[in-house]
Amino acid sequence: MPDVQPLVNGFLSQLKKRKIEGSQATAKQTAEVLRSVISQQRLPHTNQAGALIDAVRAVGEQLIAANPVEIAVGNIVRRVLHIIREEDLSLATDAIAGLGISAGSDDEDDVEQDDHPVLSAAAVAAAARSTLRPPSLQTLLEDMPDSAAVPHTSSSGGESEGKSRSADKGSRGRKLKHDVIEAVNDLIQDISTCHEQIAEQAVEHIHHNEVILTLGSSRTVLEFLCAAKEKKRSFRVFVVEGAPRYQGHVLAKDLAARGLQATVITDSAVFAMISRVNMVIVGAHAVMANGGVIAPVGLNMVALAAQRHAVPFVVLAGSHKLCPLYPHNPEVLLNELRSPSELLDFGEFSDCLDSASGAGSLHVVNPAFDYVPPKLVSLFITDTGGHNPSYMYRLIADYYSADDLVVKGRTTAGS
Amino acid sequence: MGAPKKSGVKVSEEAEELARVPLQAILLADSFTTKFRPITLERPKVLLPLVNVPMIDYTLAWLESAGVEEVFVFCCAHSKQVTSYLKKSEWLSQPNFTVSMIESHHSISAGDALRVIYERNVINGDFVLISGDTVSNMSLTQALQEHKERRKKDNDAIMTMVIKRSKPHPATHQTRLGTDELFMSIDPNTKQLLYYEEKADYAKGILHLDKSLLLDNPSISLHHDKQDCYIDICSPEVLTLFTDNFDYQHLRRHFVKGLLVDDIMGYKIFTHEIHSSYAARIDNFSSYGTVSKDIIHRWTYPLVPDVMFFGKSGTKLERQGMYRASEISQSHSAVVGPFTVLGSGTKIGDNSKISNSVIGQGCTIGSNVQIEGCYIWDNVTIEDDCELRHAIVCDGVTIKSGAVLEPGVVLSFKVVIGPEFVVPSYSKVSLFQQPIEEDSDEELEYADSTSAMNSLMDKYGAEAASQVLETQSSSASELGVGGAGYVWSKCDGGNEEEWRHSVAPIPADKIAEAMEILEDGLDYDGSILPPSGELKSDNDSDIDDIENPRDDSCFGKEVEATFLRLVHENIQEDHVILEVNSLKLSYNKSAADCAGAIFHAMMKYALEIPHSSAGSLVQNVDSILTTWRKLLTSYLAEIDEQIEVILKFEEMCLESAKEYAPLFTKILSIMYDKDIIGEEAVLSWEDEKREADEADKVFVKQAQTFIQWLREAPEEDDDEE
Repeated sequence: MPDVQPLVNGFLSQLKKRKIEGSQATAKQTAEVLRSVISQQRLPHTNQAGALIDAVRAVGEQLIAANPVEIAVGNIVRRVLHIIREEDLSLATDAIAGLGISAGSDDEDDVEQDDHPVLSAAAVAAAARSTLRPPSLQTLLEDMPDSAAVPHTSSSGGESEGKSRSADKGSRGRKLKHDVIEAVNDLIQDISTCHEQIAEQAVEHIHHNEVILTLGSSRTVLEFLCAAKEKKRSFRVFVVEGAPRYQGHVLAKDLAARGLQATVITDSAVFAMISRVNMVIVGAHAVMANGGVIAPVGLNMVALAAQRHAVPFVVLAGSHKLCPLYPHNPEVLLNELRSPSELLDFGEFSDCLDSASGAGSLHVVNPAFDYVPPKLVSLFITDTGGHNPSYMYRLIADYYSADDLVVKGRTTAGS
Repeated sequence: MGAPKKSGVKVSEEAEELARVPLQAILLADSFTTKFRPITLERPKVLLPLVNVPMIDYTLAWLESAGVEEVFVFCCAHSKQVTSYLKKSEWLSQPNFTVSMIESHHSISAGDALRVIYERNVINGDFVLISGDTVSNMSLTQALQEHKERRKKDNDAIMTMVIKRSKPHPATHQTRLGTDELFMSIDPNTKQLLYYEEKADYAKGILHLDKSLLLDNPSISLHHDKQDCYIDICSPEVLTLFTDNFDYQHLRRHFVKGLLVDDIMGYKIFTHEIHSSYAARIDNFSSYGTVSKDIIHRWTYPLVPDVMFFGKSGTKLERQGMYRASEISQSHSAVVGPFTVLGSGTKIGDNSKISNSVIGQGCTIGSNVQIEGCYIWDNVTIEDDCELRHAIVCDGVTIKSGAVLEPGVVLSFKVVIGPEFVVPSYSKVSLFQQPIEEDSDEELEYADSTSAMNSLMDKYGAEAASQVLETQSSSASELGVGGAGYVWSKCDGGNEEEWRHSVAPIPADKIAEAMEILEDGLDYDGSILPPSGELKSDNDSDIDDIENPRDDSCFGKEVEATFLRLVHENIQEDHVILEVNSLKLSYNKSAADCAGAIFHAMMKYALEIPHSSAGSLVQNVDSILTTWRKLLTSYLAEIDEQIEVILKFEEMCLESAKEYAPLFTKILSIMYDKDIIGEEAVLSWEDEKREADEADKVFVKQAQTFIQWLREAPEEDDDEE
């Protein structure tokens, strides 16, 4: 796949140089890179899913290694791998069902697919999951093989099934790729619309005359609060500024621009204000499988304050933030120590920094993230609804397959 | 050479807004100095590892992330090593980033390098000029924009220099990077650089500014706490200027100062100050240590060891700033302290203690070893019970058991230190012998160093080094039993400066010493420079004093004023003598100068008293000399001073007070009578004048009779006259 290599490399170097920020943007770009990897990948006649998985894995491993702290990258790689597995499985089951009616297929099918983007199996399955509807007959019809596009050279394989089976196999290859790409498109769509889906639930959680406290800047939180405002809820928001990056200031500005009453407070004033707060609503960097949250620095303190005063601590997280891994030593291993220049001015302190003169030894530590243990979280709101922290592992099991938890595992043979 | 330029590649966002032409950069992969010797005899400076990564990688990584698209790497010394390193690295295959090499073996300075690049005709727009030992994470966007906007308005704004605030050490007057304190004056409104002086006379706190600076600019600020980052955004004219002025060698000392002094061309240099981002150039061993620490403390984020910006094996950051690569075998009893970097494949034995250090790849460290503040490169073997403090240890060095490295030691490649040997502080050890002749003149040093380096490299190849090693180890060398290498003698004159430029922290006694000097300086001068103040042009006179304190006329005026106060305000004579003495000290004058000045003042005063004829003028002089004889004679102990008075008088008669001219002999004899000047003084004055031209002899001739009389009656008592 020489064509995608520059694209992958470009994304890799951006990740390495920490030029992309925010899990949503990262997740979206990862999905797009993987989509092009899949579309460029040539598939062999046997074990097509395996080939795709290997290709995605090889790229995924590099992407994860480029910035291990951006957990969303790993999440999306695992999601895509899961999609490939699911599509393969559903195609296999469909093929068995479809064998009987394959004679009725026509050549127009190809054209049709271009005109109307069809619902892929994974999408349907996902829809089925959320709506608890069984797969419709339409889905089964859609999966009919189209013999017109079959490259006939592929029939030389020594399969025992015979000619019709081999033709079906070739079409399945195209079908698999097509479906996977469709499903990845849906995934990208999901990522970009997760704000709206989460925001839809805002009215159920925010009530009249409530006081909400939030920290830092999160697009999800902004949309959530605004959605409640649009539904004529009147409430007040305390925005904790979130040193040292002070993104709370940005959020407060945005809130004020949208007509919400926002009050900015310092990080150190959280305990003083928390007794007047009805609910803490924050965004997250990632949600781990145990229900723990990796969040902007300062949130652990807010969570402790909320617990002390029995204020509900609600975390908003799009599904791309759900990570199937359990945190081990998260304060160190899942953290990023940023430049001390965000905290203090180099010029002012340059004479007491540990320098050759040996005059002093001032050290500055600037971690980007906090780990909030699951017991401090009252509720997770994802695009599929509200969940208890103890339920997260179950939710995560729907999105990821257990084989992909370790992406590094079997890649030696891949690519 | 160089990757082919890819057409149609998508332009990076940052650069797109700024320029349609691709942004170019010149990277000088040669420092053109000898500060890193003896290490640089064997490996170019840009390839020396800085926290286990060659310096040039930091520079290239920064250039790439700053949106530079085309880099010309200029290699001179060890150019083969640089090119082969770059060819092996990933830099030649990056999208949107072209690296090409320019080799030249005859360049001995940055000026030469730029002239070579000009001849190649590859630069076609604004470019970034940087040396390959610069670490930065700044964004170029703003600086570039400012530069371009200034260029639009004023075509003479050809360079933007990046500066950063960094306080110098209060006692040693050294920046954190071990370089000399830098004084810059900058127009606070336009950010134009007006003055640049690296080695100001800080002992006296005196700075010489051109008065015209104050005339031309409504306000200037004078900074001594700015650090020059050696990142310059230049217009193509810079290259032309270097070609036109073929004697420009050094970027700062010649080029920048040359432009600032020369106002004929009217070219201007501007500054861009960075605040939150980091930039520093590694100029000497001291800055090597400082920048390494800054990297470990993450000031250079994202250029830090655990962020893989150039595809190295992953290093993990643990608590307290410990960076560990993979495959480290560390004994359980070993203690690895904070802010330490361990390279992959390193082994650490029992009870060893390591703190604030960088250890390279594949090093073997024995038991009970103490390492503090050291920079240990790859494949170093340190046997049991060694003690290393603030040393730089290059690749392949073996330190036998029990050896001690005192602070500031530099061990070059493959040196062997014998067991139990103590390497004294600040010594530099190499397998190569020190080049014998080194000219102290710095201009020549460039030439010397490069030619010497080349010849040395010709003489010994890589394998020759091992031969040297064998011959050395056969005899008990100067590095203990089985040791290999030569201890370089400290270069003369630089001996004192050794502690300034080493990785070791400055010893406390040196700081105390410097503090003392500083306090002494404060005592008698009192005019220490404010850290960073604005000098407005309206307090011109104050500045005048600071500017030309040694001016003769100034001293003369002061003395005259003092004398007049004596005359008009009835001050005691003794007090005046005291005052003149203090003036003499502060202007660093001799007694003769004082005598001359006082005499001058007296004569001037005599002239100012109304007088009708020459006769009354003589009377005036007579009375004045009688009244204040004591004042004058207190400075006339020696003949020389008396001669000075005669000379002064002669000068007055010729120039300022022509009225005295006919009375010269008369007054001379009065002075003789009053014992102000002695006989010998007059005679030796006449002797001195014998050689002079006719014009100068006027007064000698006039006084001829007087002199004659003196000669004839040498033994006579003075009272007779």
